[in-house]
Formats: sequence, C-alpha cells, structure tokens
Amino acid sequence: MTLYDIIFYLFALITLGSAFIVVSSKNIIHAAFSLLLTFFGVAGLYVLLGADFVAVVQIMVYVGGILILLIFGVMLTNKITNIDIKTGTLNVIFASILIGCFLGLIFVIMTRTNWFSLPAPLPATTVYGLGELLISDYVLIFELLAMLLLVVLVGAASIARREKETL
Amino acid sequence: MLTVGLTHFLVVSGVLFAFGIYGIITRKNAVMVLMGVELILNSANINFIAFSRFGNFGLSGQIIALFVIVLAAAEAAIALAIVLNIYKTFSNVNVDEISNLKE
Repeated sequence: MTLYDIIFYLFALITLGSAFIVVSSKNIIHAAFSLLLTFFGVAGLYVLLGADFVAVVQIMVYVGGILILLIFGVMLTNKITNIDIKTGTLNVIFASILIGCFLGLIFVIMTRTNWFSLPAPLPATTVYGLGELLISDYVLIFELLAMLLLVVLVGAASIARREKETL
Repeated sequence: MLTVGLTHFLVVSGVLFAFGIYGIITRKNAVMVLMGVELILNSANINFIAFSRFGNFGLSGQIIALFVIVLAAAEAAIALAIVLNIYKTFSNVNVDEISNLKE
C-alpha cells in the first residue's frame, strides 16, 4: 500500500459514503449537503487520475453552480415554515433487489474483464493540452455547447418566469 | 489486489451509478430525483477520465468529461425551472402524484 492507494481509498470512501447518505436520507437538506461531499470526493478521484483541470471545474461548476441550484430548488418548492423538509419514498424493496442484482453484475463485469491498461506518464499540467484540443479537434462541439448553454439559460428564465395567462 | 488500478476506479463508478439509479427509483421529491441524475453523470465522468488515463488516449476523455459537466449544468437549470413551474401548478413536487400534462 503506497500513499497513492491510501488516498484513493479515502476518497472512494468519502464519495460512496456520502452518496449512500444522498440516496437514503429522508431529509432533503442533509442529502444536498452530502451531495457536496460526494462532489468533493469525485474531484479528488479526478486529481488522482491526473485530471487537475477537470477536478477544479468539477468543484467550481458542481459545488458552486449545480448544488446551489438544487438547494434553491429545495428551498423554493417546500414550505419553509414547515421545518422538516422531507421526501417520501416508493418502491423501496423492489428497487433494493434490482440495485443489488445490478451492483453484482457491474462488479463482476468490472473485475473479471481483462481491461487494456497502459498508463501514460502523468503530465505536469493538463491545461495546455486541454486548451489546445478545445480549439482544434473539438472546436465544433465546443461552439455547439456554447450555443446550447445560451439557449438553456434563456429557456430556463422564460420557463421559470412564465405568467399564468400566457399558459 | 490492493494496489489501485483501472478496476478500482471502475468499481467506484459502478457503485456510484447504482446509487444514482436507486435514488431515481425510490425518491418521491423531484429535486431528489435530480440529485440521482447528478450522481449518474458523475459516475460516467469517472469512467471517462479513468479510461483516458489508463488507456493512453491522451486528453480526449478529459475533454468529454468537461462537456458532460456543461451538459449537467444545462440539465439542472432546465429541470429546476420545470420543477418550479410544477410547484406553482400543483403545490407539490412529488413525482408519483403529478400525472396530468394539462390542467
């Protein structure tokens, strides 16, 4: 066990433990804050995989953007005076059986398959390479995503602010 | 076995995926369903970056992971706008009680 392995197991534990709280906690606020820990754990895994820029983007976009949006969603769709913000559950037994089988299947597939593995030496930084790829090989997807984001933001604002009589 | 390789990352991502599916199936609140979707997108991203690192594909996997993050942000924004509208119309966001498309 090297230091790398210990850090990996630590981050995997943080990720999976908090993800379990996210899907098992009845309290939505607890789930949202556990989701924060999950995102941090996943960012740690990205760093271990040598993806430093993606890890920073993960923290900035997920924790700074998406999680705040989700918490806004929770706060705006529950009566705040009602202190306990709970969620009900359905199909728990059925889902547990299904997920148990699925998890077993995934585990067997992932561990039994002889994956082609040829780790390249870790680059010192990925920012330069990523930036170069974004304006060469992937420039079309990059521009399309920029337009998609614009459409999404305008669309989200228009959907959320729609007045009653225009329905 | 204890030395971390590609398999370990794949197993972590698989378990995260299963948790996400479980959240989507069992939660009633629409925002919690969205959290399940975010878990699934994260597990897919771990796979992309793990294969990009261990498969010697250069940085393409990381680029795709960045695109997935952008799509996740777009999805969260639209979905929350829809959830807010549902709340305005039905006064709750329980996915099992909302079954009409139009009032």
